[in-house]
Amino acid sequence: MAGLIQGIGVSAGSAYAPALIVAPPVRPPHDEPVVDGDTAAQRIRAAFDEVAAQIDQRAASASDNAAEILKATAMLARDPGLIDAAVAQAASCGPATAIDRATQAFVQQFEQLGGYFAERATDVRDVGDRAIAAVLGEPSPGVSAVTHECVLIAHDLAPAETATLDRQRVVGIVTQAGGRTSHTAILAAQMGIPAVVKAAGCLDISPGTPLLVDGEAGQVHIDPAGEQVERLRGRSARRAQALADSHGPGATKDGKSVALLVNIGGVEDAAAAGAVDAEGVGLFRTEFVFLNASQAPTVAEQDAIYRQVFAPFAGRRVVVRTLDAGADKPLAFANLGAEENPALGRRGLRLSALRPDLLDAQLEALSRAADATGADVRVMAPMVALAEEAAWFARRVRENGLKSVGVMIEVPGAALRSRFVLDEVDFASLGTNDLAQYTMAADRMQGELSDLLDPWQPALLDVVAAACDGAAKTGKPMGVCGEAGGDPLVALVLTGLGVSSLSMAPSKLALVRYALAHHTFAQCQHLAHLARSARTAQDAREAVLAAVAPAVAAVL
Amino acid sequence: MATRTVVVGSSVGLHARPAALFVAAVNEAAVPVTICKPGGTPGPANSMLTIMALGARHGDAVELGCEAPNADHVLDTLAALLERDLDAE
Repeated sequence: MAGLIQGIGVSAGSAYAPALIVAPPVRPPHDEPVVDGDTAAQRIRAAFDEVAAQIDQRAASASDNAAEILKATAMLARDPGLIDAAVAQAASCGPATAIDRATQAFVQQFEQLGGYFAERATDVRDVGDRAIAAVLGEPSPGVSAVTHECVLIAHDLAPAETATLDRQRVVGIVTQAGGRTSHTAILAAQMGIPAVVKAAGCLDISPGTPLLVDGEAGQVHIDPAGEQVERLRGRSARRAQALADSHGPGATKDGKSVALLVNIGGVEDAAAAGAVDAEGVGLFRTEFVFLNASQAPTVAEQDAIYRQVFAPFAGRRVVVRTLDAGADKPLAFANLGAEENPALGRRGLRLSALRPDLLDAQLEALSRAADATGADVRVMAPMVALAEEAAWFARRVRENGLKSVGVMIEVPGAALRSRFVLDEVDFASLGTNDLAQYTMAADRMQGELSDLLDPWQPALLDVVAAACDGAAKTGKPMGVCGEAGGDPLVALVLTGLGVSSLSMAPSKLALVRYALAHHTFAQCQHLAHLARSARTAQDAREAVLAAVAPAVAAVL
Repeated sequence: MATRTVVVGSSVGLHARPAALFVAAVNEAAVPVTICKPGGTPGPANSMLTIMALGARHGDAVELGCEAPNADHVLDTLAALLERDLDAE
């Protein structure tokens, strides 16, 4: 089978390796016969034993963080409650069906409990799926031990699965589901693994087929000709050479500075990103501090975490986004219950307004950690819609002794009124992923709507332009911390629109810096004009691509 | 069979750290102990999943059961543990 699958490129670079298909979960057969009591119990216990041993083995060769996740999962496979329940079920059905029923019972209870428990439900389901496969003698679902270089093919990857990938051997990722801003996409970009999502039909590829993944064009070439591999490799080589000379602060060819920053989401990210040639952190997502906690983390606990994050950035800026939780990312200790539209509900600053105690504790901890580490800490609120909200937040931040306060611009209403919102604060940062979602009324989690979320949508560029115009009237900086800023062509357009900083996955920095250095600010303004004059997203991208400097086009 | 009805003392309820400490104590006792909400179906008390699935919050009652010869002693020890605020310790 030769051919081409067109998907969406979400992590740059090219990769060439045999396909490794991530097995989908095995379902128990519908007509599975009941097995006599003792034999059934024995087989069920053996299946769970096998799963626990399998996971332990993976944990032994995983990095610290991943090993901890895997050890906790192995404990579930040894849980007497789960095993006893499966054995009890086996009185009236086959062993695989019994494991399925026992697992489902726990999953349902955990999902009803919500919050912290709902997250554990995913782990229980994973253990159950593995035990079902084991008792049937089928291969385990999910990512098995990777023994050689491969391109991973899956329906979609769970965040825990992506986090535990073997970065040395998984050289490319292709998924059938997902979208431009799904977690797989964001994590793959952070790990620097070329990835294509929404690749229809990729699960039909036979295991072992050589694949060429083009993370820029979003294409998967099946059993490609040698010259094609060479062509992409050539591009990768040209790029590597071009980028070797790319370092230092970001600026246009004529010297207008555009700060180049990184997005991070935890202590490990911070340690890795601290070594990257960047001017600081443009987005530190703090949810990780809260999401797995069963009760609100104390000021002292948070202070300790923030110090570790800030330490690698002494003397550089770190823009911190305060807690961004909502019904889709519920907190065990501040669960407001289910909502029909979590993306439009009580989330971000709206949750902070309902639970100011959480915000105050976070701000106090940030203030202490900032003083202790000497990082230039700036704090911004997510999901701000009104100037009044910005003022409320700014007062609280300043009362806690923090010097610089800003807001995320994700809500079109705030973008259109950015002048008044910015009057209340020191800076703003465009969250292009959510801004696209709200501008186009298209759910980020709905892969089929990905086209609407394309950063080249002229309507989105118009909203960004309005936000930048408002900011210009106040003389205050407007940055970008969405994934869009990491695309070199979009970055040029954003710069032309007046954006003064770009924050992205660390792996995307060098190319963006290179693209900026090859264009004057006036040229960027012209590119922005071309994009906004286009009728469609595709026309906008093509018009810009045709007009960029040849040295940049050659490495795309 | 000996039983005890205990009110959960941990401020976060019976999950995460308090649940892990309780499971460790049950394993240390080395005899079968059951746990459930009053009137519920008893499940193994050394199962983290069973305990978490109770969803027992601070102030909720849970029932412990044990048939071992030293059941009274084992249950007294475990009941005393549950009544403390394990999370604060």
